[in-house]
Amino acid sequence: MTNSSTTPGIVPARLDQATLRCHFSDHEPPLDPHEARVAADRCYFCLDAPCIAACPTEIDIPLFIRQIQAGQPEGAARTILDQNILGGMCARVCPTETLCEGACVREFAEKKPVEIGRLQRYATDSMMARDGHPYARAASTGKRVAIVGAGPAGLACAHRLAMHGHDVVLMDARDRIGGLNEYGIAAYKTAGDFAQAEVEWLLGIGGIEAHTGVRLGTDLTLDDLRRDYDAVFLGMGLAGVNALGIEGETRDGARDAVDFIAELRQADDLSQLPIGRRVVVIGGGMTAVDAAVQSKLLGAEDVALVYRRGRDRMSASDHELDHAATAGVRIITDAQPVAVHGNGAVREVEFAYTRDGASGLETTGETFRLPADQVFKAIGQTMGDMPEGLGLEKGKIAVTGPGRTRLDRIWAGGDCTAGGEDLTVTAIAEGRDAAEDIHAALGV
Amino acid sequence: MANLTNDFLGIKSPNPFWLASAPPTDKEYNVTRAFKAGWGGVVWKTLGFDPHIVNVNGPRYGVVHGADRQVLGLNNIELITDRPLDVNLREIKQFKRDWPDRAMVVSLMVPCDEASWKAILPMVEDTGADGIELNFGCPHGMSERGMGAAVGQVPEYVEMVTRWCKQNTRMPVIVKLTPNISDIRHSARAAHKGGADAVSLINTVNSITSVDLDLMAPEPTIDGKGTHGGYCGPAVKPIALNMVAEIARDPETAGLPISGIGGISTWRDAAEFLALGAGNVQVCTAAMTYGFGIIKELTAGLSLWMDEKGYRSIDEVTGRAVPNVTDWQHLNLNYVTKARIDQDACIKCGRCFAACEDTSHQAISMTEDRVFEVIDAECVACNLCVNVCPVENCITMERLPAGAVDPRTGLTVRDDDANWTTHPNNPMAQAAE
Repeated sequence: MTNSSTTPGIVPARLDQATLRCHFSDHEPPLDPHEARVAADRCYFCLDAPCIAACPTEIDIPLFIRQIQAGQPEGAARTILDQNILGGMCARVCPTETLCEGACVREFAEKKPVEIGRLQRYATDSMMARDGHPYARAASTGKRVAIVGAGPAGLACAHRLAMHGHDVVLMDARDRIGGLNEYGIAAYKTAGDFAQAEVEWLLGIGGIEAHTGVRLGTDLTLDDLRRDYDAVFLGMGLAGVNALGIEGETRDGARDAVDFIAELRQADDLSQLPIGRRVVVIGGGMTAVDAAVQSKLLGAEDVALVYRRGRDRMSASDHELDHAATAGVRIITDAQPVAVHGNGAVREVEFAYTRDGASGLETTGETFRLPADQVFKAIGQTMGDMPEGLGLEKGKIAVTGPGRTRLDRIWAGGDCTAGGEDLTVTAIAEGRDAAEDIHAALGV
Repeated sequence: MANLTNDFLGIKSPNPFWLASAPPTDKEYNVTRAFKAGWGGVVWKTLGFDPHIVNVNGPRYGVVHGADRQVLGLNNIELITDRPLDVNLREIKQFKRDWPDRAMVVSLMVPCDEASWKAILPMVEDTGADGIELNFGCPHGMSERGMGAAVGQVPEYVEMVTRWCKQNTRMPVIVKLTPNISDIRHSARAAHKGGADAVSLINTVNSITSVDLDLMAPEPTIDGKGTHGGYCGPAVKPIALNMVAEIARDPETAGLPISGIGGISTWRDAAEFLALGAGNVQVCTAAMTYGFGIIKELTAGLSLWMDEKGYRSIDEVTGRAVPNVTDWQHLNLNYVTKARIDQDACIKCGRCFAACEDTSHQAISMTEDRVFEVIDAECVACNLCVNVCPVENCITMERLPAGAVDPRTGLTVRDDDANWTTHPNNPMAQAAE
């Protein structure tokens, strides 16, 4: 170890390898079989269970938990995967406290919901530990479907289409399949390269041809796809990021949080990843939290997460914010950035306190400065370049019903479409439902 | 403070908790630990003649687990003592000297002929033991050899052997009954006729706890085969309570002392057995699950409860609930209740609705926002919703006062007592007085 948490500047190796390994291992360890049975026994098998209604993919949660209780975790996995083929990732990254577990009657009764997320992981891990793939393809239909974007929406869509016997060509602009599962989720939530393992397992169904490094608009056009395929699904996510629009935001040391997170996820050796001594993260969503927490885990001395409104308006859940606070992140609310100061590189960030005024958010006139040698911007993502002809809604692709765009034979889902929360699980539901609609439209 | 000392057939012990005849009372070492822990007495593991029997060398116990591996029931295929008779007798004799204040009862099982019983009784008497318990209950192994349950299942044999024992010893004779019969009262009456000083029950219930679905063999499995064993522990308590109560309220055996056995794990279980007529209780599975230390909870708990209720001695508790155990035909049909759901306590799981709608009387309504309410016009007061509700006291039964109209039947609730014996639908009904 050459550096420490107090080494000035943006430097690698603030922590030794062993500490880093520990920091980036599973932050919530898997249940063992006994723990799983005990946890499963807490489920009341509610009638028309509220947890199911709270799940965007509508997994029959009481049923899969009962299957765990009855000693068949792989049967439980089947119940999960029938609805959500990326149930393994969702078990790790879903904000369960606002979804299924938030709706659990035991949360209502005793503030201690059934551990649905961990049980789901127990089930899906059991299934994935087996050789082979649990689903078989229907007889080939001879239909070809192109899927642009190999994130959760694209993968879910691809799997469902392949299952129905269609031939799928899955393409992604990045070097690896997985989308945000691979590039956008905090490393400690998907330890052990789970994202790639899951992709590999999913592709095990066959009939899905995956191409990486293919970008829509650059390498091929929507017209090419419409010409060459029977149907097209767009699930390319959001390529752009919002700018702060303040003085100095391009100084050395200031960057987009999504890039930092992606770089971290792709790093073979975390001790080689440079991190600031004093890090300021601007934003109030999951990306901001993931960037802040991982900065701390890499050994930054001070990490502040600054959001322009109150805590109740942050899109990151209480659970995530508590996790950040426990990791040592200082959470500052009601302050918006005014300028990034420095002489070439970032030295400090100036903020103005805010309040809710008559005409929306306004500054109080009082400002303060946080010393920083690294700034992560995480105030939201945007579409980026948009293929021509697709209607827009709230800056995203407009869709109706199960992902139908305004163009014939083109469907879309996931973060690049309007509507729904930008959650992994929502994207999966949209990809799946679009696949069913495509299947019906192909009329085979 | 309540006095827990127990006098059962003149056998005195500092508390009413004896360890039942079983592995925990097999030998000097265990019993020493039990007495040190505070147990009131033991029924020594069943003695038989030499050459002593042998046990299997594979697993002897099977289990039924709750979710957290809570032991709900054990089943065993162990036989009587597998140590020489004289070793057992020597240890028993020494015990009675060393622990004069504890109850020492010896369980016996010898072939079903008078000579055998005549032979063993003096040997036991010589130890100074306080009494004997006739093992007419073991359902496995020994019964194949004409002993244990093979005797207990034939009332005539029970009476005959009991009489032999009474004629050949001055020690109190307790007859341990098997539950593997159609009507426990016949066994108890037989023991009573034979002169038994008391009965103890229940012995274990014939059972197969589980099947190994790979081996396709019952568990515990011995080299690919299994046999039925004797089931005990919390799972059998309801069966035992009923049998104890049946004997306690049977006019033919009224007053016959009962030593209650069957799944007693806490003071409350013990109090329930006492209330239904037991003069003391015997414990085994709870000790086998948690060790002898549970005696502290049993005695402290029973004492505390007795203090709260103002019972000064065990005698004051014994049989208290027996007058309230009756036949179905005497239950008051004018007692009309309706389920009531406490909306503040309800956690909206919907189990009451599922149970009522799918399996009962469609007497609970459910709104879109999961509010569950009882439909009085349908509610027959079956209590299933109360039982399946995960929240204690969320659903309760409320009695309709006299004069109220039961919306289900349209009848006005009366405050007099009416039961099946006088009901017009009963062809055998007696005219009302």
